[in-house]
Amino acid sequence: MDAADSTHPQEWPKPLKAETRALSFSYGNRLALKNLSLPIAEYQITALIGPSGCGKSTFLRCFNRMHDLYAGNRYEGEILLYPDQRNILAREVDPIEVRMRIAMVFQKPNPFPKSIYDNVAYGLRVRGTSERQLLDEKVEQALRSAALWEEVKDRLTARATSLSGGQQQRLCIARALATDPELLLLDEPTSALDPIATASIEELLLDLKSRVTILIVTHNMQQAARVSDWTAFMYLGELVEFGLTKQLFTTPSKKQTEDYITGRFG
Amino acid sequence: MNTSSMAEQEAMHISKPNAIEEAAARRRTRQQRERVIEGGLFLAALTSVATTVLIIAVLLSESIGFFKTVPLRDFFTDTLWTPLFANPHYGILPLLAGTLVTSAVGLLVAIPLGTVAAIYLSEFSSSRVREIIKPALELLGAVPTVVYGYFALLVVTPALQRLWPDLPGFNMLGPGIVIGIMIMPFVISLSEDAMRAVPMVLREGSYAMGATRLQTAWRVVVPAATSGLVAAYVLGISRAVGETMVVAIAAGQNPNLTWNPLEPAATITAYIVQVALGDLPHGSIGYQSIFAAGLVLAVMTFAFNILGHVLRKRFREVY
Repeated sequence: MDAADSTHPQEWPKPLKAETRALSFSYGNRLALKNLSLPIAEYQITALIGPSGCGKSTFLRCFNRMHDLYAGNRYEGEILLYPDQRNILAREVDPIEVRMRIAMVFQKPNPFPKSIYDNVAYGLRVRGTSERQLLDEKVEQALRSAALWEEVKDRLTARATSLSGGQQQRLCIARALATDPELLLLDEPTSALDPIATASIEELLLDLKSRVTILIVTHNMQQAARVSDWTAFMYLGELVEFGLTKQLFTTPSKKQTEDYITGRFG
Repeated sequence: MNTSSMAEQEAMHISKPNAIEEAAARRRTRQQRERVIEGGLFLAALTSVATTVLIIAVLLSESIGFFKTVPLRDFFTDTLWTPLFANPHYGILPLLAGTLVTSAVGLLVAIPLGTVAAIYLSEFSSSRVREIIKPALELLGAVPTVVYGYFALLVVTPALQRLWPDLPGFNMLGPGIVIGIMIMPFVISLSEDAMRAVPMVLREGSYAMGATRLQTAWRVVVPAATSGLVAAYVLGISRAVGETMVVAIAAGQNPNLTWNPLEPAATITAYIVQVALGDLPHGSIGYQSIFAAGLVLAVMTFAFNILGHVLRKRFREVY
């Protein structure tokens, strides 16, 4: 495979959870992603780094077809989701079906104007689950997974907006986890949080990777180095380098990567 | 220092006091002009406040005369409103009931239809469709109310009479429905604004969970827009309560204490129109009764506005 050959031929993740093949994306006439081929290792954390405007968020949002919400966007190439190796960008694939398997956490915490409980139960209810006992179980499980249960168990009916920023973001993670997604997308999930809340989210991600594959966009290189197993460096809509995080950060094979991770630009 | 710069300095020394004076004079005229403009703006703002205060003052002073003759207890408990009869009764209840019933019918039409239409416009329609519908709605709001009144009397009531053959020609249901149609553009426009103000990240969060458009609209956007929706409804209520022409024309002008929308009745506004058009001697009890009725109307709309304000605060979302 091209990307592998050009970077670290011997390091190719296995098994895979997803893979993009020659993925290009344009907003109207503006080409935002150019021919990206990238593997996503199962039960590992893959980080996407790069300067602002390099297309990392755009890339992430292709995975749950978020771009379908706006007119004039166009995908080319494929995103294969394993194990069935289905191209989720195919025209006949319903984006809602994709989003049932792939969850997302946004840059700014975006709890719904509902109670804590109803926020976490949202995905299940949307899928038609209404049995109280099952919902109770799943909500507790998700809140425990997001390390939020102890803090909110006595006020599940309180409004989600009454939580602190860090708690809100963990609530959004719990909401995403409640439906047992196969892949969790995180778009700069800590950029609106203070260092303590950031540390707790990072710790949480490390705990979660045994159960869900994680793809995270981050502006913060230290964060990528701390949490991820694999890192992809993007620049101007292209994939510059992909490899094991510890290799990419210590012995980058491309000059551009080295310049970026040493802080010479970006 | 060369000669030319010395000459310059000298020139400056000479001209300086003059320059300062000139600048000060300019500043004074500028300040005066600003003060005049400010005063003008203040007066413009004052007219609206002063008008409100004057209206309330007139309502109160004339009503005081009225309540000197008619005890408050009779006013609120008597079930007859016959101020111009030989044996007058001054119970506001029949008029109040008429106002509340027609308004309630109007709101039952305007709130559900208006909300659904606003959801459609804000969450489903393409911008092309919206560009056609919104001006059409504004046009609906520009139709004179007297036209709506005859529409209620000559179109809606006859249509309803096919469903209920016993329905009298004057009734509260027809005008109530027409009031609903009349305030709908208003409710739609304000509700749509409220929903469009809901940040996109909330919608994206819902879609990302696998929700459909309808689920997103109904479970996320509408709850997030609650404060704005409540404000829209309350302003709609104020309009319905104060609506005059439609009920004066099509509801009958006979004060009749009933909660049944199929019967004719007079509303507070209809009574005011009816009596104000006649020639009542200034200062008579009949003349004063207009102001007492008007005061009740003013208090009602005021109460709804306060209620709307309170609800709005309670449901306000922080994004």
